Amino acid sequence: MTRIEEFVKEQAEKHGRDRNSLMPILQAVVQSERFLSEEAMVAVATELDLSTADVFGTATFYTFMDTFPRGKNIIRICKTITCHMKGKDAIVDTLEDMLKIKLGQTTTDGKFSLLQANCLGWCHKGPVMLINDEVYPEITPEKAVEVVSKYLKKG
Amino acid sequence: MSKYKVNLKINNIPVSVDEGTSILEAARTLNFTIPTLCHHDDLCVAGNCRVCVVEQKGNRVLPAACATPVSEGMEIMTNSLKVRQARKHVVELLLSEHNADCTKCFKNGSCELQDMSNDYRIGDHVFLDLVKDRERVKDISSPSIEKDDSKCIRCQRCVRTCADLQAVSALAVTHKGNEMKISTFLDKPMNDVVCTNCGQCINRCPTAALTERNYIDEVFDAIYDPKKFVVVQTAPATRVAIGEEFGMKPGTRVTGKMVTALRRLGFDKVLDTDFTADLTIMEEGTELLTRLKEALVEGKEVALPMLTSCSPGWIKFQEHLYPEFLDNLSTCKSPQQMFGPLAKTYYAEKVNKNPADMVVVSIMPCTAKKFEAERPEMRGSGYKDVDYVLTTRELGMMIHQAGIDFQKLEDERYDNILGESTGAAVIFGTTGGVMEAALRTAYEIVTGKEVPFTNLNIKPVRGMEGIKEASVKIKDVKPEWSFLEGVELNVAIAHGLANAKVVMDKIKDGSANYHFVEVMGCPSGCIGGGGQPMPTNMEIRKQRAAGIYEEDEGLTIRKSHENPEVQEIYQSFLHEPLGHRSHDLLHTHYVPRKRH
Amino acid sequence: MEKKIKKVDLIFGKVDYLDILDKSLQRSRDEIILDVIDSGLRGRGGAGFPTGLKWKFAKNEEADQKYVICNADEGEPGTFKDREILTEAPEKVLAGMALCGYCIGATEGYIYLRMEYNFLLPQLHEQIDAFNKQMKERNFEFTIFIRSGSGAYVCGEETALMESMEGKRGEPRNKPPFPTSQGYLGKPTSVNNVETLVFALMIAKEGPTKFKEMGTFDSRGSKVFSVSGDTPTPGIYELELGMTLEQFVEEFGDGDTKAVQVGGASGFCVARKHFKETLIGFEGIPTGGSMMIFNSTRSMYNILHDYLEFMEEESCGQCTPCRVGCQQLLKGIEAVKKGNKQPSYLEELQKLSDTMRIASKCGLGQSVPNPFNSIINNFREEIIY
Repeated sequence: MTRIEEFVKEQAEKHGRDRNSLMPILQAVVQSERFLSEEAMVAVATELDLSTADVFGTATFYTFMDTFPRGKNIIRICKTITCHMKGKDAIVDTLEDMLKIKLGQTTTDGKFSLLQANCLGWCHKGPVMLINDEVYPEITPEKAVEVVSKYLKKG
Repeated sequence: MSKYKVNLKINNIPVSVDEGTSILEAARTLNFTIPTLCHHDDLCVAGNCRVCVVEQKGNRVLPAACATPVSEGMEIMTNSLKVRQARKHVVELLLSEHNADCTKCFKNGSCELQDMSNDYRIGDHVFLDLVKDRERVKDISSPSIEKDDSKCIRCQRCVRTCADLQAVSALAVTHKGNEMKISTFLDKPMNDVVCTNCGQCINRCPTAALTERNYIDEVFDAIYDPKKFVVVQTAPATRVAIGEEFGMKPGTRVTGKMVTALRRLGFDKVLDTDFTADLTIMEEGTELLTRLKEALVEGKEVALPMLTSCSPGWIKFQEHLYPEFLDNLSTCKSPQQMFGPLAKTYYAEKVNKNPADMVVVSIMPCTAKKFEAERPEMRGSGYKDVDYVLTTRELGMMIHQAGIDFQKLEDERYDNILGESTGAAVIFGTTGGVMEAALRTAYEIVTGKEVPFTNLNIKPVRGMEGIKEASVKIKDVKPEWSFLEGVELNVAIAHGLANAKVVMDKIKDGSANYHFVEVMGCPSGCIGGGGQPMPTNMEIRKQRAAGIYEEDEGLTIRKSHENPEVQEIYQSFLHEPLGHRSHDLLHTHYVPRKRH
Repeated sequence: MEKKIKKVDLIFGKVDYLDILDKSLQRSRDEIILDVIDSGLRGRGGAGFPTGLKWKFAKNEEADQKYVICNADEGEPGTFKDREILTEAPEKVLAGMALCGYCIGATEGYIYLRMEYNFLLPQLHEQIDAFNKQMKERNFEFTIFIRSGSGAYVCGEETALMESMEGKRGEPRNKPPFPTSQGYLGKPTSVNNVETLVFALMIAKEGPTKFKEMGTFDSRGSKVFSVSGDTPTPGIYELELGMTLEQFVEEFGDGDTKAVQVGGASGFCVARKHFKETLIGFEGIPTGGSMMIFNSTRSMYNILHDYLEFMEEESCGQCTPCRVGCQQLLKGIEAVKKGNKQPSYLEELQKLSDTMRIASKCGLGQSVPNPFNSIINNFREEIIY
């Protein structure tokens, strides 16, 4: 058994093998791997006795379940109306410059992916940035650089 | 279901229907047709295309007629101005994301979206064309099925077919919003996924998003190539369905017209897969008896129950999903693939033709047969045994193209040698048929007497029930079969791969004790095959099945072992069932494939 | 100004939730449900279905298992109050769920939390564990679990939410059957918004009268508002219902308010000239809490474009009017703006949006016309030029 297969098996044992365990299992994989690899989806389909197309179809419905590789740290900048009004574009520009990637891309060292997201629920404190599960409200371009630098140091 | 009656009004006409009836069905009882796209009688309700919306008094929104059950006092309008505007909009929206190159389309004239657009006289495109901005990739990786997303209207009929009827789920709905589409695991090509090539998705696709890979031009090229000797074989189920391509009622028996049409198309010889169906019974029946003998007398570890192997969709399903049961599959090739090598050996010699110059064409109710013919092991003759496989629909198209007035054709007979067949072979075309044919022969071999059913009609194995089980008590056997005396032969019949899965799971967990199981990959068997005329539904398939049984009863010889050509081929060429030559030409092996 | 907006503190104020539950468990289920019905409480997620009725329907179903689901999939742009409630008063939410469980006869409750709020998980898990223990100590059979979303706005629609919990794509179901008869795993289920559950608890504590006396005939009680946009005081406020937009803007505007988007991307845009006569509530314009304020520097074209882009991406994609309609509306206004389509094309699009309102499968598609028509009707020039 590969590492991923073992991980998926553990998760299946923890959550159960019913269809309604699919989301928690996929979420655990994403949490650990940052994305759902072919190997992981095959393992999930095998454990839950589902078709892989079904697993893939379910995963691709959800924005936070990527089916292609992502960086170790996923930066999501809210693009919805209030954050847009409050200057999210400047944050995006700044981080694109800093990380030398465009929106949707991952740095060559695999440390960061830079994405936009729909409303993150911090409209009163926009613009807001999510890195993995951490929230950074009322972000400015300077603050954004500062925060990302911290993650850079953490490696 | 429930006996409660619900009273409602549709277009001001009172009607009383059973509780649980949909508005759509209730309207049908009053002869109002509400247009549908995502709805299909064989499938569960989706309610997503919204073409069938109707107006309900007191309801702010328009409910979908297919997905909304009737309720007491409901007042429905099926064609109000509001409904008309909404329905027109829905069709216009679907067209705006549909690659409407109708005149160049394979489904031109048989597309449900085109019909609807016609009905509602959709003129110039009001809305923006969304197709031109999308990348257009047509998946032609599979020898059986082509998938063109630019034609897809996302009704999900194919997805429900693949999941609910076939338990395969090679296709799924993926992504969401404007990117939502029907795809495979990781958008892989159809040939690289668990697709069984059954073609049931094609039968239910309202547009040309899913079609068979067609080989019409290749076949005409062969016909008009003077160097080629082109023989054609026709599967049992085609003869009760091809008439539908010419406006005839489902189940109309047009065997003779079909033979005439094939001759007029220019095939050099018109032969019959039914012949090799009879041969299959000889080989498969003997194989079953041999396995039983090995198990009961010699105490060998023999794979039982034995599973039929005529249906290539079922074979690939088994290879993907139950590779541990490949030994249970009969080693017999399907009748199509028995025909191919015999045509290029036995027959070639008889008619004095060089097999290298021969082209074997099959007319099949099936799309999986296209894949089957491509399997590398199907070269028993030293050549590709079957060169081209056409669906019943493709043959219909060829006849149209050649300007042959099918309805008015006189009946002609098949050519001889590989053209003679029995009623037992005809019934291969419907679920239960192989089992019935096998029992007619095996019982007689073992006991010397006819099967104990009136007029040879083994009713317990007939009908459209998803899984049928039966037991035949074997009595008064001939001395050489004494080990079978008193044995209760347990058989099962499944059609549609979802039913096959249920049977396989029972076999797997040991809760079933079958000796012989017939499986047909398609619902209702080959008459409901993925290559048959469209539309399909249970009513149509029942009519085709009735046609099959009529054809059987009308034939004088109704047992495979009594087919004189079969007797002749064993005498002069094969010598005995499961013999050396049979092994080389008529039997095959299977390859385990991955589930994912 | 006739009267100042009244601030209320039913949601965030500390209460002895165990005491409320203990007392409630002494009462009959019907009695509590009647109180909730009597209070006039309507769902606070936006749709506004009478909460007591929902509980009554679920209670009247015969089933071996029923479920309570707390809808914390707050995804409506401009709404962030449920996050605050779950941060500040989680025990009241849990108690509200238990109260609902008692009333309808459910022994299991689920919180469906949007993934964007995953940072709340560690703390919520702790609180849920403690709460479950407290229920056990009382011999009251009710266990709460938590499930996460994964980034899909449409999962806030209750049937989509249940599909998602069942491990499927979050595609809304056909209704009927309604969740109160066939919900999660086919069992009777009451899906309630975070805020609704807390109000229900407070009604159980104080009786229906106090709640009923606030607000208007159709919009009783108070409501938590999420205020954002061009305002000097963005944030979360619990306010008595019944105010006009004029009053609201007086309190929260920056003095230059040109329009307010009430109810988020699926809500309505109200222009200044209509502030006075527009009541915030079910008689006027309802909201799940989202109040986005725009001043005169904002381009209404950009705002509409953002909303449509949001809907185009967040539509589940299963039904034609919503999937294709959203794309046509978005690309349509772009075409008009660029001059590729005549301004009169906007009328075609408005007709299309009327079809989306009545022919879409769920509330998402049905509400896209709200921002579309209200912005176009009020700011047609800004869209064209």
